[in-house]
Amino acid sequence: MLETLIEPLQYGFMQRSLIIAVLVGLLCAVVGSYLMVQRLALLGDAISHSVLPGLAIAFLIGGNIFVGAFIAGVVSTMVITWIRTYSPIKEDAAMGIVFSAFFALGVTLITVIQKDNKIDLNHFLFGNILGVSIDEVRDTAIIAAIVLVVVFLIYKELLFYTFDPVGAQAAGLPVNRLNFGLMLLIALTIVASMKAVGVILVLSLLITPGATAYLLVKRLHKVMILGAVIGVISSISGMYLSYFYNFPSGPAIVLVASVIFFLAFLFSPRHGVLSTMLSKGR
Amino acid sequence: METVPFNLKFRWSAQNATTPIVKDTDKSIVQAIKIDHLGVSYRTQEALRNISCTIKPGRLTGIFGPNGAGKSTLIKAMLGLVPVTSGVAMYQGKPLMQQLEKVAYVPQRSQIDWTYPATVWDVVMMGRVKKTGWLRNFSTVSRQVAKSALQRVGMMELSDRPIGELSGGQQQRVFLARALTQEAEIFCFDEPLVGIDQKTQSVVFDVFHELAKENKIVLVVNHDLGESITHFDDLILLNRELIAAGPRQQVFTEENLQLAYGGKVMYFSA
Repeated sequence: MLETLIEPLQYGFMQRSLIIAVLVGLLCAVVGSYLMVQRLALLGDAISHSVLPGLAIAFLIGGNIFVGAFIAGVVSTMVITWIRTYSPIKEDAAMGIVFSAFFALGVTLITVIQKDNKIDLNHFLFGNILGVSIDEVRDTAIIAAIVLVVVFLIYKELLFYTFDPVGAQAAGLPVNRLNFGLMLLIALTIVASMKAVGVILVLSLLITPGATAYLLVKRLHKVMILGAVIGVISSISGMYLSYFYNFPSGPAIVLVASVIFFLAFLFSPRHGVLSTMLSKGR
Repeated sequence: METVPFNLKFRWSAQNATTPIVKDTDKSIVQAIKIDHLGVSYRTQEALRNISCTIKPGRLTGIFGPNGAGKSTLIKAMLGLVPVTSGVAMYQGKPLMQQLEKVAYVPQRSQIDWTYPATVWDVVMMGRVKKTGWLRNFSTVSRQVAKSALQRVGMMELSDRPIGELSGGQQQRVFLARALTQEAEIFCFDEPLVGIDQKTQSVVFDVFHELAKENKIVLVVNHDLGESITHFDDLILLNRELIAAGPRQQVFTEENLQLAYGGKVMYFSA
């Protein structure tokens, strides 16, 4: 049993992809908890789809793809806020408009340039975790460290702001800067996760582990910690499934996370569908 | 120290707290909020027009008016939480919105997502975030302040309870405790009496009266014209414009209520 588990680790590509999967599982769960409690899951989807044109342009001009994706993600959230503030269009509609437009632009650009640049649209959409280089592992580790340290340092301010934004503003907290900071953290997290699961499935890693933890514990920091544990377990199990059964890695990780969510949904002591049915029947 | 009557202690601290030397014998006028020609518009709709009045410390002030009269908007405009189209609310010679650290504001309960993963304790400690400052942990003093606030509203035993498992009245008391931990000079409550039980109502009014006795400014949005109106010292009667403001007996007249609410009004004769 142990030998089977150790066997994949003799390959360098498996070591690198396991490290990146663990980092991404942890990071997404922590940052995604903020999206879930603010009911902004769709915003995660919006930002992740919007980074695509930034990637393409970075390739075209030979820049750093992390920087390109990050700029595109931030620009998209600014356009969403701009439309919402200066027109009667509501936030969800503004997100729908902006993210699909950015996504369409990104797919178009990448399709046009992919032959000349030897890149593959599919790798951006669904990730290419088995192909990560040691430099990419390093970049992801740096982003993860920065984001987690910032979350730790401004935890009490973000807790107040995400629970009661008007009350936080009335208490004199700089809510616009906190909101922008939170958007930056989300954009950074998505950029760091692209290689592992791609822009389409990253939403699952952002939302599912946190949502699973939310069914089991009742304080934000506990949701983050338990969510991170669930994210990491999903990442590792997904990678092993992918290795032994030749599943695509990103989807395997997402499927494991979804199965864990479904178990919590059925059996959570407080909220589980089956456990409440059983306790009523008693 | 403990034997000094509370009002004496207050006078001592009030003289030390007011930094500018103002030769005005009536401290309450110096420390009042002066609302000056305040106006608010949401896109094309005018929500508040040209509101001018004074809110005095040491008195329980109620903002009354029909639905959509702009009661909540008035508080939010004073604090700069909504953009104002004209005017300003002044406090101690400066716009109030520039000194929010002196304000404790409690939003309407319905505006809060009570399924948020937090406990009673977490919410009450939010009142200490601004005072604690960036990159610092809550101090022992802050924890002590939060504990006594929870005891004051009778919620100490429930401090570990998730907020989603509280009744409406308990939720309101948690918010009241949070406001107390802010140790503010000005307290603003938006519809604190909606959907609460009898016990909570008596706790809420007890605390309001205590705060007024400590010479705080206590501003409460309410729309219930029932018996509870007798708790208020001053009233501000609104319907997009100011109908009347001042001591309750002067404001609470049939004529003013007709102006504010229109048609027939059922009210408690005070």
